[in-house]
Amino acid sequence: MSVFLFKRLLTFLVTLLAASMLTFAALELLPGDPALVILGIDASPDAVAALSREMGFDQPAWLRYARWIGGLLQGEFADSYTYKVPVWELIRDRLIITVPLAVFAMVLTTIFAFLLGIYAASRHNRPGDVLVMGFSQLGIAVPNFWLAILLIVLFAVKLGWFKSGGFPGWDAGFWEALKALLLPAIALATVQGAILARFTRSSLLEVMREDFVRTARAKGLSRRAVLWRHVLRNALIPVVTIMGLQFASLLAGTIVVENVFAIPGLGRLIFQSIGNRDIVVVRDVVLMLAALVVAINFLVDLLYAVIDPRLKAHDI
Amino acid sequence: MSMQQAQPASLLSRLTRGNGFWARALRHRSFLAGGFLSLLLVLMAVVSAFWTPYDPTKMNFRLRFAPPSAEHWLGTDHFGRDLFSIILTGAQNSILVGVVSVAIGLSFGVALGLLASARRGMTEELVMRFSDFAFAFPAILLAVMFVAALGPGSANAILAIGVYNIPVFARLSRGAANAVWTREYILAARTAGKGRLRITIEHVLPNILPVIIVQATIQFALAILAEAALSYLGLGAQPPAPSWGRMLSEAQTLIYKDPMLAVYPGLAIALSVLGLNLLGDGLRDIIDPRLSRRR
Repeated sequence: MSVFLFKRLLTFLVTLLAASMLTFAALELLPGDPALVILGIDASPDAVAALSREMGFDQPAWLRYARWIGGLLQGEFADSYTYKVPVWELIRDRLIITVPLAVFAMVLTTIFAFLLGIYAASRHNRPGDVLVMGFSQLGIAVPNFWLAILLIVLFAVKLGWFKSGGFPGWDAGFWEALKALLLPAIALATVQGAILARFTRSSLLEVMREDFVRTARAKGLSRRAVLWRHVLRNALIPVVTIMGLQFASLLAGTIVVENVFAIPGLGRLIFQSIGNRDIVVVRDVVLMLAALVVAINFLVDLLYAVIDPRLKAHDI
Repeated sequence: MSMQQAQPASLLSRLTRGNGFWARALRHRSFLAGGFLSLLLVLMAVVSAFWTPYDPTKMNFRLRFAPPSAEHWLGTDHFGRDLFSIILTGAQNSILVGVVSVAIGLSFGVALGLLASARRGMTEELVMRFSDFAFAFPAILLAVMFVAALGPGSANAILAIGVYNIPVFARLSRGAANAVWTREYILAARTAGKGRLRITIEHVLPNILPVIIVQATIQFALAILAEAALSYLGLGAQPPAPSWGRMLSEAQTLIYKDPMLAVYPGLAIALSVLGLNLLGDGLRDIIDPRLSRRR
């Protein structure tokens, strides 16, 4: 187990390092002067040179990278060019919206997927199964931001049950805030739920063909009892891995959906920062989201080892 | 009369009989539905290159928000532009994004995967770790970062999506190629004195091609989705180039005035993606029937 943990931890750290290098390279080493990117092509050469000096763009790339990472490790973030405050303050205020939104969407994804996946598997090749699979095929094809717009049209414009966007803040009360996140969470969860439902169904069908299931049935257990007691537990092992990847996708998906609903989370911040050419913010927020994704994958690997005893035995 | 009716039926049964690719394809409902929708997408793009009912960029303020009619099948938008013409022309953008980004992923990814499989050892390890890393990095983040650095525009969006496709094809072709390298005919080719490069080109590549084609249709669909998202955010196709993603972004500001403006472009994206996904699923089942039994 300790070898497994060590290997995963090493992969986690290396991936994080690589993510930071890629982010830095993409935003600062690509052709073009970062100061010019911030100020725009109409800026005077003097203004570009002054900003370059001020933000340290005139220093060697390796030194800038080392300073950036060194600062992050000590909890020191650079100041945003637009907001004139340390980037961490911007991230902190938005994390408390984006992460709950992604968690809420994941909860909905899991509920949709398990209900539909279990129902479809228990009615394999019957009309219910075909219907669920057809629905999930459609769910996968629908862009989440279009679904978000349709939800606004139906529930905000036509029915008036929800506001068409915005977030009142957690201070407005838990249920009020959760209500503002419900439509965005549904938009995010429908696509991921469709994918997970298909995966859950396949995984259940795979396990249903195992010898131990036949033995359990031969022992006299009902189909339902076998499904809940034996099949589900074994089928969930690969499903958990996919769920981890999906949570990462949901976090990334907030970039688009937060913009549809004008929710002031990390996704909206990154988008506004691109518009403001505030690459310091873009760089830190991209790394923050990438780090969250990598950390989730790491946790899923650990969880995988906990729920699959064969993996532990293999690695010890 | 009965003879006339019997003839098409027997032609159909003759076409779908047997175990050849086309016979299995014609029996496969997903493949047929996906093929039809994908063909429709291609037709829309090709037809709109030569003809559209109206100029998709021509504004007519007297006809703003016109409902669907015989003249304007889907009505007009807030500038009085013909929606059907814009949707038709938008297909060109989707096809372009899909083709170029998949071509980027295919050419670099397959080359890397084949190299990893032929060389093994350190090269394989490096290619695989690169792929692992890319998988850990969400596509939309990568695309946003690229566009933030290079500036918004269709070309940069396509490049970003294409770069993301590279590890997908690298991982897939390496896995498929590794299986081919263990086959006896490869051993025979090696015994005959053929080098790794020649074996890769003459034997490995043709054998992994079906798997790559299936993945290409799926990546094509994902590329259309990703480009639509980037264009919706204003980071992809720029005005006046027609793009389904940007149409949705414009429609959102007008949903209180005309909600249907948000329906058509989204439907076009969803049906294109659905078609390509069904086509990919169908192809996979036809090429490898074992997978279809497992699902």
